Amino acid sequence: MSTVISQVEVPADVHLPIYMDNHATSPLDPRVLEAMMPYFTTKFGNAASRNHSFGWEAEQAVETAREQIAKLIGATAKEIIFTSGATESDNLAIKGIAEMYRERGNHIITQVTEHKAILDTCKRLEKYGYRVTYLPVKADGLIDLDDLERAMDDKTILVSIMAANNEIGVLQPIREIGKLCHQKGVLFHTDAVQAVGKVPVNVIADNIDVLSLSGHKIYGPKGVGALYVRRRNPRVQIAAQIDGGGHERGMRSGTLNVPGIVGLGKACEISLAEMDAEAAYLSGLRDRLKEKLESELDYVHVNGSMEHRLPGNLNMSFVYVEGESLLMGINDVAVSSGSACTSATLEPSYVLKALGLGDDVAHSSIRFGLGRFNTQVEVDYVAAKVIDIVKKLRQLSPLYEMVQEGIDLTKIQWAAH
Amino acid sequence: MAYSDKVIDHYNNPRNVGQLDKSSTEVGTGLVGAPECGDVMRLQIRVNPSTQVIEEAKFKTFGCGSAIASSSLATEWIKGRTVDDALAIKNTDIVKELSLPPVKIHCSVLAEDAIRAAIGDWKKKNGATETAEAAAAAVAQ
Repeated sequence: MSTVISQVEVPADVHLPIYMDNHATSPLDPRVLEAMMPYFTTKFGNAASRNHSFGWEAEQAVETAREQIAKLIGATAKEIIFTSGATESDNLAIKGIAEMYRERGNHIITQVTEHKAILDTCKRLEKYGYRVTYLPVKADGLIDLDDLERAMDDKTILVSIMAANNEIGVLQPIREIGKLCHQKGVLFHTDAVQAVGKVPVNVIADNIDVLSLSGHKIYGPKGVGALYVRRRNPRVQIAAQIDGGGHERGMRSGTLNVPGIVGLGKACEISLAEMDAEAAYLSGLRDRLKEKLESELDYVHVNGSMEHRLPGNLNMSFVYVEGESLLMGINDVAVSSGSACTSATLEPSYVLKALGLGDDVAHSSIRFGLGRFNTQVEVDYVAAKVIDIVKKLRQLSPLYEMVQEGIDLTKIQWAAH
Repeated sequence: MAYSDKVIDHYNNPRNVGQLDKSSTEVGTGLVGAPECGDVMRLQIRVNPSTQVIEEAKFKTFGCGSAIASSSLATEWIKGRTVDDALAIKNTDIVKELSLPPVKIHCSVLAEDAIRAAIGDWKKKNGATETAEAAAAAVAQ
């Protein structure tokens, strides 16, 4: 009887399950937790309480966090607005700008591999009479700057292009995009959730007007994020989407999540201090994983640019093996797949499809998201396990067998179902 | 996705993996699904010409865990049955046996299609045109 059960030995210093899905979320850094703790219990004040020490203490903590976040992205503290996370930040940026600049124009430019928080927000605005251009990406996942320039017209008010992609980790040329936007007098928003804290992002050098970031992607808490809103050259105005007490300079009402904000600030401070060393460490691990997989397996390929890429991201297709079945075989390792069977919509990843890959390649993809707490022994174990399971599943794959026999799969009349 | 123990068992220890000689007149081959859809099943049977009993069944599947389990189970069930008995297997039987969730029902449909396609191929080779047409129609769906 054949078996798919892995015989790979678990090293003594590997604790299962292994978490390698850091683009989805990341564990809280213990240093962040430590900073947050007092703000749940003894320092529980409302940062908006102006007339007692509990409020002042909370406000002080919030202002420190604002400084820490601003410093990481080259902004000033006053330009940081706290939100519940990057989805809210993206909604506030796009809807808030669309509303505020409606008289100037109704055209927004974004691109096809954005997160749904951007794409669905833009789709909603289309219902309200806005015009949205969704730029394509090249095979490496990057947009073409000429396409962007051609898409701009006198009604264009906003360009929203992500800094780093959540699936394939590719880094868009935000500095050049920002430069072009400023030349044309168009605002530039970037969803920098995956990039901030991982690679250098500077709102001045990169010509960014509005930027979304989130706590839980950078070893901070969930449920807290921020929006950078430029105050000069140009001064960006955003219409509030949540009305209430007028918090956050009127742009986002609601009592501040003080412990979360403290955690986000601390996470940014740590990221700034450790970014260079961590990037070198993670790209080393990532390259090690890639080399191991490529040396032992045929028909594998990396999705998206290797050159312009987050240090911790590896997105690979193991052709002729379906992604969900591979995840099942490596069930002590937490990673993601672009396979339809793993998505809520039962559609293969739209990001991978946008690269021009066939659906079959998208079905075979795995995203490895390496993070601060992954180790080399973990990488070695994961590589061995993936290699073992891919080989076993290929013994089970009629497609792999046919290809080995020299059959051209594209010439077969498949019965789509 | 929380799979049933039976799906996990078939995935971990798939039954009857392999291939039979496609060119043999005793062998019927069904290849269903499409790579773009994320699942392709190949199911083969070797039928005893005098008894019409399926003496051997082999499969290979590209697909998710339930697709692998559905086809593995299908080979187990059809072995030892006559071709007509094997045609009585319905996808709903597979769903029930493996406790497949609604989003995985198409895997069982594909397995039923694979059985029908393999039997259809065998019948075509052996000149039983009448039912072969019905089977071929089922494959085309």
